[in-house]
Amino acid sequence: MTARERGAAIDIKGATKRYGNFTALDDVSLHIEPGEFMTLLGPSGSGKTTTLNVVAGFTDLTSGDLAVGGKSIVALPAHKRNIGVVFQHYALFPHLTVGKNVAYPLTLRGMDKQARDRLVVRALDMVKMADFAHRYPSELSGGQQQRVALARAIVFDPPLLLMDEPLGALDKKLREWLQLEIKRIHRELGTTFVYVTHDQEEALVLSDRIAVFNQGRIEQVGTGRQLYDEPTTLFVAKFIGESTSLRGTAQTSGNETSLTIAGQKIVAKGKLASGGKPVVLLRPEKLSLAGANTPPAAGQNSLTGEVSEAIYLGSGSKYQVTLRDGSVAIVRASLEATPFSIGDTVDLRWSVVDAKLLADDDRADMTMT
Amino acid sequence: MRLAPFRILLGLFCLLVAVWLVMPTLVIIPMSFNEKKSLAFPPSGFSWQWYANFFTNPDWLSSFFNSLRVAGLVAVAATLIGTLASLGLSRMKHSGAGLLRAILITPMIVPGVVLAIGIYAVYLDYQLVGTTTGFVIAHTMLAIPFVIIAVSASLEVFDVRLETAAASLGADRFTTFRTVTLPLIAPGILSGLLFAFVTSFDEIIVALFITSPYLKTLPVQIFTSITRDADPTVTAVGTIIFIATTVIISAGLIISSKSTRS
Repeated sequence: MTARERGAAIDIKGATKRYGNFTALDDVSLHIEPGEFMTLLGPSGSGKTTTLNVVAGFTDLTSGDLAVGGKSIVALPAHKRNIGVVFQHYALFPHLTVGKNVAYPLTLRGMDKQARDRLVVRALDMVKMADFAHRYPSELSGGQQQRVALARAIVFDPPLLLMDEPLGALDKKLREWLQLEIKRIHRELGTTFVYVTHDQEEALVLSDRIAVFNQGRIEQVGTGRQLYDEPTTLFVAKFIGESTSLRGTAQTSGNETSLTIAGQKIVAKGKLASGGKPVVLLRPEKLSLAGANTPPAAGQNSLTGEVSEAIYLGSGSKYQVTLRDGSVAIVRASLEATPFSIGDTVDLRWSVVDAKLLADDDRADMTMT
Repeated sequence: MRLAPFRILLGLFCLLVAVWLVMPTLVIIPMSFNEKKSLAFPPSGFSWQWYANFFTNPDWLSSFFNSLRVAGLVAVAATLIGTLASLGLSRMKHSGAGLLRAILITPMIVPGVVLAIGIYAVYLDYQLVGTTTGFVIAHTMLAIPFVIIAVSASLEVFDVRLETAAASLGADRFTTFRTVTLPLIAPGILSGLLFAFVTSFDEIIVALFITSPYLKTLPVQIFTSITRDADPTVTAVGTIIFIATTVIISAGLIISSKSTRS
């Protein structure tokens, strides 16, 4: 059996969950491949944790279907689903030792002591906690407890592992190290992983694909690269990575849209199919700065502004440029680029092909800090 | 050292309060070794005769065993009912939970005499006066609030999310209760059991109303004996009960404080 075959495919179809007037999940559909590492990413209250709880069986759906490995499990109670779950708060049993915690799901399955001990040691080895089998959870640090919780969730070899912000309570250094550990364990097990987080960096580090949630719906599903380079909504563009969004008076001619911003005209490829208000989205590394009197190259857009912040980052520099209409652009410049100081009048430049035209969306703003 | 006189005064005052609180209890210990048949203080001489009387006189012994039997049954019944009630109340999301809890706690707040009158009136009709059943029913009602308070304190610090975790690992509701919830709230249940036992064992007000010559509990026997013939055996009994309840209640407090700390 190859590693990938051990994971189960997940099919969520039209999942809807209502609490009175509040819709926590609004017609969510998502297919997850066997053995895939899928991250549900979104701000708090976006429906990602509700989705996880629905799959785990902790929350019932108002309507919709849910299948694991091709079989619908909607009617199964949580304890019959055979799905591993890792919680943000570890949820280790305080009255049992680490070894007994990990053995717990095996004891429930009526496994004899010899086989049980072997699997417990193997699971604890995998999370590098084998030396702690006789300790109690209260004697362990947060990171150690979470590793034990992970061992307990995989020891019974579930075809699917759910993780609900498992690193949320840990400090940054530990988090980064455990992310790599989780990635390694996913590779070794071949189990399907569904991971919930609000941290986009964590999502990019871990995932095969990411589903971006917002207000109970999925905005977009794709690899990290797809979400960063080809966001389909302004919300996704703003949630993944840094960006600058430009708004102005719009005009469409042929397959081009032009925006007039404080008297200066810029163009972007394409036009909005929906006919909404267009926004031009730019990633910091696609932007460059030039002195105000150097003419732009062919196929480049140019907007005048003033440097309002300049930060040296070692590997390059980061600038904030306040444009004439008051909006702020974020620019990442390489070490070779001409340096600028706060107060300099500069031209913000980018290739027409590097800009992304998206529909404006008030939903995108409310979640940004 | 300007504060010294004030500190000495404060110390003296504290000592006075302490003496005031424990003196009535401590007085009975020397009295129980009195040589003469009198309740005079200070006692004179030394003898074990009142202890001997307690262990040989059938009136005293039967009332002692009556109390043990009633308190034992009450401890079991009150713990069972009180624990189930606490579990139910802690899971209730409805706003009625607070009212229900208040109703269950009332026997602790309502004056004992008032309860005793009501119980006596009802017991006369149902011929429960002077029966073990009658004592157990009345004392269980009085003991339930203590169990609810002890078990609820345990449940307060119990992390319900552990039950969700157990479900995800394959445990059904009953298995989860047996392997996770019960072991973690066991200290609260045990301290509730001890409090329930003691509540029944030293209960006098209701017992005086529903007692009969055929069924006397130890507190009733003490009360009738001291009002009838100033028998110093009561001081020996008092000393025994004092030491026993102190040990039991301390055990209960230690157990419950351990459970809330972990």
